[in-house]
Amino acid sequence: MSLAIATNVTPQQNWLERLGAGHIILAVALVLYPLVASDFFLTQIGGYSLIFGMLGLSLMLLAGYGGMVSLAQITVAGIAAYAIAILGSNNSNVLGFGWPWWLAVPFALLSAALASALIGWISVRTEGIYTIMITLAIATATYYFAQQNYAIFNGHSGYAGIRAPAFWGIGWRDARPFYYLCLGLAVLSYAAVLYGSRSTFGMTLQAIRDNPRRMRALGYHVTAHKVFAWALAGIIAGLAGVLLVWFNGRVSPGTIGVDAAIDVLIIAVIGGLRHPIGPFLGAVVVVLMQTFAIDIVGAERFNTLIGMVFLVIVFVSPDGILGLWGRIKPHLAQESLRPGQ
Amino acid sequence: MSLLDQPSSSSLSGGGTTRGQAWGLVGLLAAAVMAWLVFAVWPDWLNAILISKKAFVSAILNGITLAGLYFLVASGFTLIFGLMRNVNLAHGSLYLLGAYIGYEVTNRTGYWLLGVAAGFAVLAIVGVVMQVFVFRRLEGDDLRQTLVSIGISIVAADLMLAVWAGGTYQIATPEWLDGALTLPIITAVRSNGVSVFLTYPLYRVVVLAAAIVIGVGLWLMLHKTRVGMMIRAGVDDRAMLQASGVNVHAVFAIVFAVGAGLAGFAGVVGGSALSVAPGEDVRYLLASLVVVIVGGMGSITGAAIGALLIGLAEQIGLVYFPTYGIVLTFVIMVVTLAVRPQGIMGKAR
Repeated sequence: MSLAIATNVTPQQNWLERLGAGHIILAVALVLYPLVASDFFLTQIGGYSLIFGMLGLSLMLLAGYGGMVSLAQITVAGIAAYAIAILGSNNSNVLGFGWPWWLAVPFALLSAALASALIGWISVRTEGIYTIMITLAIATATYYFAQQNYAIFNGHSGYAGIRAPAFWGIGWRDARPFYYLCLGLAVLSYAAVLYGSRSTFGMTLQAIRDNPRRMRALGYHVTAHKVFAWALAGIIAGLAGVLLVWFNGRVSPGTIGVDAAIDVLIIAVIGGLRHPIGPFLGAVVVVLMQTFAIDIVGAERFNTLIGMVFLVIVFVSPDGILGLWGRIKPHLAQESLRPGQ
Repeated sequence: MSLLDQPSSSSLSGGGTTRGQAWGLVGLLAAAVMAWLVFAVWPDWLNAILISKKAFVSAILNGITLAGLYFLVASGFTLIFGLMRNVNLAHGSLYLLGAYIGYEVTNRTGYWLLGVAAGFAVLAIVGVVMQVFVFRRLEGDDLRQTLVSIGISIVAADLMLAVWAGGTYQIATPEWLDGALTLPIITAVRSNGVSVFLTYPLYRVVVLAAAIVIGVGLWLMLHKTRVGMMIRAGVDDRAMLQASGVNVHAVFAIVFAVGAGLAGFAGVVGGSALSVAPGEDVRYLLASLVVVIVGGMGSITGAAIGALLIGLAEQIGLVYFPTYGIVLTFVIMVVTLAVRPQGIMGKAR
């Protein structure tokens, strides 16, 4: 991890300094969070935020570094979730090959990565705003397909009775282990994205975002770089999908519906698309709102509230909460928060 | 077509006449096969393959009428996109709102035509309001405009759910539109030699006719009037149009009014043939998205072709491979993107 979070690469710094005070405080707080939180706060708030943060992160990777805003991230996560249900065991009496988790999970991630790369390959044929339209069309079509098709997706009801694995004497669906599992994978993804953004590939991707024609002229294979970014984002989204299906124990077309697809975009945009921490911030805000706004506006009109918040954020601060932060405290807006300006 | 601003925008029409002739030949052949399939009495083996002639011709007719509806929705979407580079993802919500308004007005006044007019007029106003108060503020920022339209669609869907609840409505059509039309298409010949003709709901035929009339009207407006000329000029090069002294914002408002109004009109018309319920907004948004991706952004002709393809694919898929029907739509989209990323009638940007 010390290697991974090398943001300000100055050779004299030791790994603690490289990590930065913010990261260390955040990490300590997140590790100690279970000491103060109840089971509900651990899973429904903590776990859920981390899972949706990862989904948002996969979108941020594409949108922030690649300039490709995708609405199909939940679809990719859903493919991983369905793969777990189909390859592992479920109690819906459809398919369910009963593979052990250590075999099913890599295959689920692989199928998510492949699906994501395919979506990417389809959508990079056009540019800019078209990506949103095409990914939305793909997400919606997949949703309808999952709803109609009984042979693979078990139609409207989907799959239920999917269990999280239990090994090393720990049931990973229990509140505390599940939280740490989510935290571990989220930190891993976060660190990987942060590190990857500084790698040759990350730099190339950002250069392609800024000027694809020049990069093509320089001899870079623009399409290949973009599709690879999609595959990477697919792995992160797939991880989130696996966690999601283990947490819920079920997956249905509703999981990958248009609402869910838009939720991921809302999370990433509310948080901010400039830095990998943004989606996690956004996820915490949205999950807290989802949980507690019901007490204020009632469960019925929740979507109006979240839509309004989203509209205000888009109007006031294009960079989400991160952008607000940067505006309120300009002297704190470090260079590291603005990659690829 | 600007050459200064967008060097890559070159029309592909100069691809040689032989290619065009070849396509024309293929088209003629396809049309002949189609005509034979529709009008001839089928031999048994064909009936065995395609279930029955009635099923097949009904699927084709349903596809074409559905295409009419899709065209009405998508033409507004494509016009707005073509001119303003504004992906209005709230377009499905406009459709649904139009349907609800049409239902209310028809229900209270008893005049269906009044409902249709109200659906168009109210949504046209909504469109202008959206353009003036929301999208104009974010001009030139595609992504934020799109995000805002998503936000609007969420709020709109939720508010419509609050007002009209989750029930399914159907707009009552007037008596003169009820009933069925006997078409000169023989579906089968009975053993006693009497031909069975296909009957088809009159209302759907009227919807198709309305779509064609509106399509032709739009085409005439775009190609024969001054406003249409400005709109086309704006699609090609907005900056140049503005520089020529045209009040671009007025043109934008008109296009938004027409586009949103058509979505509302389609809502009432579609809500009379099918049903009005939450979730229809997403369905028609998907249809518009696929239609304009396939047909090409900003082109009315493209929207018509795309709508025809998607409508037919959906209905034929429904009859012949029910649980994989959506895949057909999807394949059409992917193939179009692979062969012609800008859409069938789209211009390379």
